[in-house]
Amino acid sequence: METPLTNNIGPDKPFPDLAVYEQNGGYQTVRDTIGKRSPTDVQEAVSESRLRGRGGAGVSTGMKWGFVPMDNASPGHKYLVANADEMEPGAFKDRVLMEFDPHQLIEGMILSAYAIQADIGYIFIRSDYYLATARLKAAIAESRDKGYLGERILGTDYSFELHVHVSAGRYICGEETALLNSLEGKRANPRTKPPFPPISGLWGRPTIVNNVETLCCVPHIVQNGADWFRSLGRAEDAGTKLFGASGRVKNPGCWELPMGTPIREILEGSAGGMQDGYGLRGFLPGGGSTGFLTDEHLDLPMDYDAIMQVKSRLGTGTMIILDDRTCPIGMVENLVNFFARESCGFCTPCRDGLPWIEEILHKLETGQAEPEDMNILAQQAGFIDWWGSDSSSNGNTHCPLAPGAIEPLESARKYFADDFERHIRDKKCSYR
Amino acid sequence: MPKIVVDGISYEVDAGNNLLEALLNLKRDLPYFCWHPSMGSIGACRQCAVIQYRDEDDDTGRIVMACMTPVSEGTIFSTDTDSAKEFRRDVIENMMINHPHDCPVCEEGGECHLQDMTVMTGHRNRTYSGPKNTFRNQYLGPFIDHEMNRCITCYRCVRYYSDYAGGVDLAAFASRNNTYFGRHQDGILESEFAGNLVEVCPTGVFTDKTLSEHYTRKWDLQSAPSICVGCGAGCNTSASERYGQLRRIHNRFNDQVNGYFLCDRGRFGAGFVNNEDRIPQAGIRDSEGKYDRVSAEEALSHVADQLANSSGKVVGIGSPRASLESNYLLKQIVGEGNFYSGVSSKEQELTNCIIDIMRDGSVKTPSLAEVEEADAVLVLGQDLTNTAPRLALAVRQSVRNRSKELAVQAQIPLWQDAAVRELAQDELSPLVLLTSYADRLEDVASLSCHASATDIARIGFAVANRLNDRFTAVDGLSETDQKTVEEVVEILKAADRPLIVSGTGSQSKSVIEAAANIAWALQADNEQTAIMLCVPECNSLGVGLLERENSNTLTDLLDSTDTISTAIVLENDLFRRASTQQITAFAAKLEQLVVIDSLDNATVSLSDVVLPAATFAETEGTLVNNEGRAQRSFAVFEGAGDIQGSWQWLTNLGKALSREGFAALERIDSVTAECERSNDLLSGITKVAPTADYRVEGMKIARMTHRASGRTAMRANINVHEPKQPVDQESALAYTMEGISGPRAPLSAYVWSPGWNSNQAVHKFQTETGGPLSHVNPGIRLIEPAGNGSPQERYREVPQPRAAGAGSLALIPRYHIFGSDEMSARSKAIAELAPSSYLAIAPETAQRLSVVSKDGVEFTIGNRTLQLEVVVDSSVDDGCALFPAGLADTLDLMHQAQVSLQKAAGWTPRTTTQDKLIAKE
Amino acid sequence: MSAAEQDLIQALSDEEIGEIEKEITHLNGRKSAAIDALKIVQKHRRYVSDESLQAVANLLGMSFAELDGIATFYNLIFRKPVGEKVILLCDSVSCWIMGGVDIREKIKSKLQIEMGETTPDDKYTLLPMSCLGDCDHAPAMIVGEDVYRDLTNERIDEIFDE
Ligand SMILES: Cc1cc2nc3c(=O)[nH]c(=O)nc-3n(C[C@H](O)[C@H](O)[C@H](O)COP(=O)(O)O)c2cc1C
Ligand code: SF4
Ligand code: FES
Repeated sequence: METPLTNNIGPDKPFPDLAVYEQNGGYQTVRDTIGKRSPTDVQEAVSESRLRGRGGAGVSTGMKWGFVPMDNASPGHKYLVANADEMEPGAFKDRVLMEFDPHQLIEGMILSAYAIQADIGYIFIRSDYYLATARLKAAIAESRDKGYLGERILGTDYSFELHVHVSAGRYICGEETALLNSLEGKRANPRTKPPFPPISGLWGRPTIVNNVETLCCVPHIVQNGADWFRSLGRAEDAGTKLFGASGRVKNPGCWELPMGTPIREILEGSAGGMQDGYGLRGFLPGGGSTGFLTDEHLDLPMDYDAIMQVKSRLGTGTMIILDDRTCPIGMVENLVNFFARESCGFCTPCRDGLPWIEEILHKLETGQAEPEDMNILAQQAGFIDWWGSDSSSNGNTHCPLAPGAIEPLESARKYFADDFERHIRDKKCSYR
Repeated sequence: MPKIVVDGISYEVDAGNNLLEALLNLKRDLPYFCWHPSMGSIGACRQCAVIQYRDEDDDTGRIVMACMTPVSEGTIFSTDTDSAKEFRRDVIENMMINHPHDCPVCEEGGECHLQDMTVMTGHRNRTYSGPKNTFRNQYLGPFIDHEMNRCITCYRCVRYYSDYAGGVDLAAFASRNNTYFGRHQDGILESEFAGNLVEVCPTGVFTDKTLSEHYTRKWDLQSAPSICVGCGAGCNTSASERYGQLRRIHNRFNDQVNGYFLCDRGRFGAGFVNNEDRIPQAGIRDSEGKYDRVSAEEALSHVADQLANSSGKVVGIGSPRASLESNYLLKQIVGEGNFYSGVSSKEQELTNCIIDIMRDGSVKTPSLAEVEEADAVLVLGQDLTNTAPRLALAVRQSVRNRSKELAVQAQIPLWQDAAVRELAQDELSPLVLLTSYADRLEDVASLSCHASATDIARIGFAVANRLNDRFTAVDGLSETDQKTVEEVVEILKAADRPLIVSGTGSQSKSVIEAAANIAWALQADNEQTAIMLCVPECNSLGVGLLERENSNTLTDLLDSTDTISTAIVLENDLFRRASTQQITAFAAKLEQLVVIDSLDNATVSLSDVVLPAATFAETEGTLVNNEGRAQRSFAVFEGAGDIQGSWQWLTNLGKALSREGFAALERIDSVTAECERSNDLLSGITKVAPTADYRVEGMKIARMTHRASGRTAMRANINVHEPKQPVDQESALAYTMEGISGPRAPLSAYVWSPGWNSNQAVHKFQTETGGPLSHVNPGIRLIEPAGNGSPQERYREVPQPRAAGAGSLALIPRYHIFGSDEMSARSKAIAELAPSSYLAIAPETAQRLSVVSKDGVEFTIGNRTLQLEVVVDSSVDDGCALFPAGLADTLDLMHQAQVSLQKAAGWTPRTTTQDKLIAKE
Repeated sequence: MSAAEQDLIQALSDEEIGEIEKEITHLNGRKSAAIDALKIVQKHRRYVSDESLQAVANLLGMSFAELDGIATFYNLIFRKPVGEKVILLCDSVSCWIMGGVDIREKIKSKLQIEMGETTPDDKYTLLPMSCLGDCDHAPAMIVGEDVYRDLTNERIDEIFDE
């Protein structure tokens, strides 16, 4: 089984500083590509690889890049931004990639920037990733010294500057247009879409925002070809992916596995199954903003569309496990609390709707809920709704934060209806 | 025009619109909050949700925001399916979870957009049982109250205050359901346009503090369409009264003039109507110098006797703050040759020059709406924010045209407000300020340069010459000035719609002439060139037109050697027009000084007879704004005591004197008609508004809404018979609530329509959102350029540079929106913000005089020695001294070109600080 | 610039100004450095006082309100004094499942403070924090810049007894 993304990572492997990274074949793709292959060539390779964004929405990376104007009609900067904000509850895969192989991200960014002819890049990293930040900064310095970054890369006509921007902490900064506002030094309210960033992004210029993991895939695709990348997937989707698991499993962690690996293999294999004394109640397949699945879904492949079909989302691919001794309503309350707290406050359903939901979940957990509260939950969920929204800012809410926030609630109402009933009937939480 | 289908009905709508605007244009109701016709869409409130269907077979559709959705051919929507209605109801219900239950005591109650939308969406039952968020409110100054708990987080306030009006001290703080709109700490809101928050906020977060002092619900107010008397811009207002007091001023939409917004002088500066110095009764001074209170009849017959038996000449002194009608009548009474315009020769000369420029050549004077379209603006010697504030706000919009161009190129609809701003970032259309001191447009200026009026004029002349060498050249410009000239020329040449702005502010004819030369020079190559020249007062231009043929000025009168026995002064405090010395001397020589005015002032104190005049709020009349637009203002209520409109006093006086033609003067309409007939330049003023006999469906137009509550009960404790309501003979308006109101009533001061109690109802009165009102005359422009290309007589007199180092400083008035204007300064709230007097000088000047800020300086004018506090201001040119215009203790400086200063000995600094200064260093 | 404004800029050290100016060179327009500048001040002074905020606003050419609107938006710009080290205790879902609530109670009693409070010796300020990205080693917290994973009551004792 190939694990291109984590080849350099392992307890018994040396930390891939520039020397080690190069020894392992690193930056060869940059040498082979910049000034030697055309930007469109790189774009085509990525398009054909069917790489889908690893930031959560699973948008085709090649398609997204395709919107960037490539003519010289509007001279000026173009930007590439690595989204390293990773604040989704349950997600920690980008941290692993940045802490343990920073050059891979940098190489991916150089190649991606080249493909869209961006001249400036930023890594937008969350504040709490101190180690990753330090290692990225050091790696950028090494890389610049060696001529992979900066003016006239490796003596070619192509220049690319890369900076690290450390966030001041806000989950909404992960939403790509809020991220752009934040990079501009503003309040991180998401922007109106359309126009999408490839047309009007950072400082009004064409901008691509990609997830860290997405960018890390790029060198391997460019090096080994689209066919190779597609062949890595076990089902529909291409490539490998960092999957993770947290909660009461024996071996929580993060593993690179082929796209389309069945959930059971991840949970029972890599994660080692449930801890002794705990049973599996359900799980969020891709982080805190994805809907619950249960043991009936264990044989589904971890593929974007397959998970979508059962009304959940692959998201970040990092699963959160609900065991049978933890209250599902408590878990949803914790999640809604997170999203309500992180709401930017721009649009009504999210700003006022989530706190109300949180209020009712709290009533349920503390035994004060009435049967009518279930109607309010249903009404509020319908108000925020997810299914039917698209990537524009013109659905029920201005951005996908709130719709994501109620996915766990919606699925919990479906799968754990008896828990809700019991909380109301018994006027207490039976898990405490 | 694309066809769209809404609720199964097919409509043709304007291409490029968003659906919300399109629906409002169709006069359909759809709730909204964050969208504003002047500010576009951002999609924050989610209130305007509708369902959009993919095609005819799609029967679920998806929620979209109408304000964020372009109408394009074949799009299918529904506003009234259950899912859309439910969603909109949920929006309100969710907003309401934190909204207090204080509607009964809320100033917005009864005209609250949130109340309207709540009813419209059908949200009735509260199911939320949790705790509510609470916020701390702030002190925001004398104009505006703050009640943050009523906030629904629509972001309109900050979008208006910062994005639209350029204010920097109001912001959104924190986030999520804790978002807070206010200042970083308690304090006076800095923007001169803050008052619009009262109307922009859809709930009661920002309310009118001056109204709250004696709070009245909208439906209990009696209102009339009025014209602001605060400056020459002529903004349309709705003025409202209760119990004989003026209670508030609201914006009255006029698509050509003020649109949706007023300045704070206009909004909060009408309190002088209620000032305790109002003169309620006629008075005749007795032999001991005391005033006897007399009846109107006695006063009139006394004056008539005096005039008839006068030993010498009888003169009339008019006023640029009185209506055309009043000025005209005074002129008729005293006779053409004995009428003096009431302003100094200097001011008359400037006004005449402005009228010349507006009439000659082909350069058009734009409306305020057209000012916003300019893609390059050059301001010469005029502090717009403090002299014609609403124009400053319009110029501020013009700098956004560059970003609009970029948006059009990027195919982003202009109503996508946030998207346009994010695309264009800091790109601005050029604005050049050549002024005597830093003013409030500096933050959006691409180039600004501070100099004396002379230097501004010289640069201006040079610009015209560089644009077209048929215009006089300027010798001896400094290298820096030469550079400025080149930059300005480049900017103007590159513009498609250049606008030159100047006016009387610098008190310099050369500056105005230079502005005209530039406009004419540009016009040769660019027909879109426009010029806007500001005049100081609400009827400066009207009186200028009236007096164009016969220009006797106040200065002429004061200099005259004729024996003058009687003078009639019309609404004019002469001490604001000439030096104290001159006026006192003049008055001393008179046998009789008759003053018709509304408020006690220095001139009134010298009078032998005083006749109590109505303010704008108690009478009607025609005013001409600085665009040349004639507009009619109407009485809101009847004046107390013997108060009458000046025109009424004068009509009756004319009748008492049996002056020719006066017998036929029945109503103001006949006066207006006579006035029009007397002067070709005034042709059109009778068409500005309907006459008194105008009726809608046989009815007059009500000054109160038909919901006025309790009128019949008001005096029930005294007598259950309702007293007869006053009858208005002078206009098509009826006092109190009998008559018609609403969109079909052309003089309605209210915007109200079923379901729309707030000012948002205005869209029901417009032909389209932001477009003209459907039944209202927007005023008539009296002056259009002759259209004969560039005028033959170009201005050729370039002023000589000021002699350098000549010890004396050029005196330059610095205008203050709050304080410099005579009448508004006598409103309580405005007075609070008026500066105390000072003299502002450059750091270099200060160094030479060895003074620092807060020291005193001393100088003599005539036989008076004055002391003033020093403000050192680095935006002042060395060799200039700025004094606040219009303040009592600096009035005399207005008639002085130069002063020599020295440090004042024995000066004790004032305890009050100068932090009320509008333009801070 | 007035003397008063100059004074306020002095409220920033040369080092801070240098660092802020360096950030500006990476960005487009001075205002874009708003967040970086606040973080730089905070790195040097633990929190952003009104005086520092005004100084930064002057340096970047923006108003106090504008900058404070930004400062108060972000979780990790502290506008009130904090202790020498800020404890960011993850309260998100994985840590919650793995007993984060008990850990929270343990820290509170260990340091004798409530959430949001600073210890009397000014050493620690305890704040809740959204998911720290250490879900596979839950519960987790950050103290200063050090990450502590797989927390237990015993670990808490060890950490704070040091
Ligand atoms: C509330 C919210 C938070 C998000 N957080 C992140 C994040 O932390 N990291 C990330 O890569 N994408 C995040 N996204 C997704 C981004 O908006 C964007 O889709 C992604 O960065 C695009 O990269 P990709 O195409 O490579 O996936 C978030 C989206 C939303 C709505
Ligand atoms: S859904 Fe609305 S309030 Fe929530 S984060 Fe997105 S834009 Fe902000
Ligand atoms: S008016 Fe459309 S979202 Fe607010």
